[in-house]
Amino acid sequence: MTLVSAENLAAAFGGPPVLRDVDFAIAPGEIVTIVGPNGSGKSVLLRLLLGILAPTRGRVWRKPGLRVGYVPQRLHIDAALPMPVRRFLSLPRRRGRGEIAHVLERVGVPRVADQQMTTLSGGQFQRVLLARALLSEPEILILDEAAQGLDQPGIAGFYRLIDAVHRELGCAVLSVSHDLHVVMSASDRVICLNGHICCQGAPSAVSSAPEYRALFGLGTDGALALYQHAHDHRHDDGARDAG
Amino acid sequence: MRMTTAMTTGRAMLDDFFTRAILAGIAVAAATGPLGCFVVWRRMAYFGDATAHAAILGVALSLAFAWSIYVGTLMVAFAMALLVSTLVGRGWAIDTTLGVLAHSGLALGLVAVSFLPNVRVDLSAYLFGDILAVARFDLGVIALGAALVVALLAWRWQGLLLSTVSEDLAHASGIDPARERLALTVALAVVVAVALKVVGVLLIAAMLIIPAATARNFARSPELMAALAALIGAGAVMGGLHASLIWDTPAGPSIVSIAAVAFACAIFGASLWRATAALWR
Repeated sequence: MTLVSAENLAAAFGGPPVLRDVDFAIAPGEIVTIVGPNGSGKSVLLRLLLGILAPTRGRVWRKPGLRVGYVPQRLHIDAALPMPVRRFLSLPRRRGRGEIAHVLERVGVPRVADQQMTTLSGGQFQRVLLARALLSEPEILILDEAAQGLDQPGIAGFYRLIDAVHRELGCAVLSVSHDLHVVMSASDRVICLNGHICCQGAPSAVSSAPEYRALFGLGTDGALALYQHAHDHRHDDGARDAG
Repeated sequence: MRMTTAMTTGRAMLDDFFTRAILAGIAVAAATGPLGCFVVWRRMAYFGDATAHAAILGVALSLAFAWSIYVGTLMVAFAMALLVSTLVGRGWAIDTTLGVLAHSGLALGLVAVSFLPNVRVDLSAYLFGDILAVARFDLGVIALGAALVVALLAWRWQGLLLSTVSEDLAHASGIDPARERLALTVALAVVVAVALKVVGVLLIAAMLIIPAATARNFARSPELMAALAALIGAGAVMGGLHASLIWDTPAGPSIVSIAAVAFACAIFGASLWRATAALWR
């Protein structure tokens, strides 16, 4: 059983292909992390899987009626648009006060319901985006560099939260990161992408290593782990290899 | 008996050109308020301008083929709005595209009108509106058009709002942002067609933007901003029409001037409010 799958995907936007020969599948409850340097086509792949972009070759299949919780990279809300957190969470479906209070509590920002979205801190903003994604009771959470712009303890806290949500809801988690080496330790699979799939495998849990603890300040309670790349080829175009 | 009196009074009221003008203006404001909010939120101000300016070409077509003015302007405004959103969707630079299309539309329309034989047209009525000449039929068309726009926006409100916040989020929630854009395009074309008589092609964009921008200073939610914008627009219509009666000034520009004054007061009031609040703290 699969939630989303893709076969032989290629995407080009009037230039050389951004993605080629990508096969992908994610099963219910699975945690998959896509890593790759900037410009490697990670976001394009997510947008193809979400149906925002159409592939130039290959096809994407989504389970009919799939409930997707999408957390984008930091979202810009125009200053001309007054948008309290409570109202934002009611898009596109109206949500009751109790439901909103509960989900905000769940993501750790219980007191922001009546604040304007534009006044939230970076960490609060990403948690509100996650709260909105959770309200749709997603079968799959899709995170596009959702922790970008947060400091190290913030990143660790955010992924700890994702970890907890995953255990509670049993939803699949597909996340994308430009950090090539640090991934959610709960990841079943890590896919290294650089225009095509370079390698994939399971991350090694090294959360006890002291330098790793130092990197994340308070420690991550095992939320993050290192991924060891195993590339069997080099890129002949001179681009720095992701490994 | 009392009913008949009321109906007669109602009819007599509609016989009065000033009452018809006020009603037509309020109907337009009810539509431009919420639609103008989307124009402001989505930064489409110039887009409204281009669509409105092209309407003069619609006037020329209507006169040439003896169509109703509403049919000609609606068609041209819709074609223009569609053209602009297609070109921009294909990656054309938005300000250049709009700059070319808006002024070409206006210029072509003015040239086309001058070619019409045997027609002595008072162009200023189309450029600046002729709200005091709104007949009962016009009032009916304007009210119907405005009601259509308000109903369309209310129907699609949630999807429109989410696609305004983020097209990607809309996609992920199963909403097609392209369809919401089309709804806005249709609404804009209808508003241009019905507001032509009230404020004229040159000032339609002002009725979209100024009330919404004024409302922004006080609104804490999108719905409140839309409602406030409609109220401010209606207030500007009433103020402007009375001013034009008292000082014998052109009606359309008077309405927009009142709206501009309201905007200035709102900015001043809002900063005064913030300063006072800061003092108290």
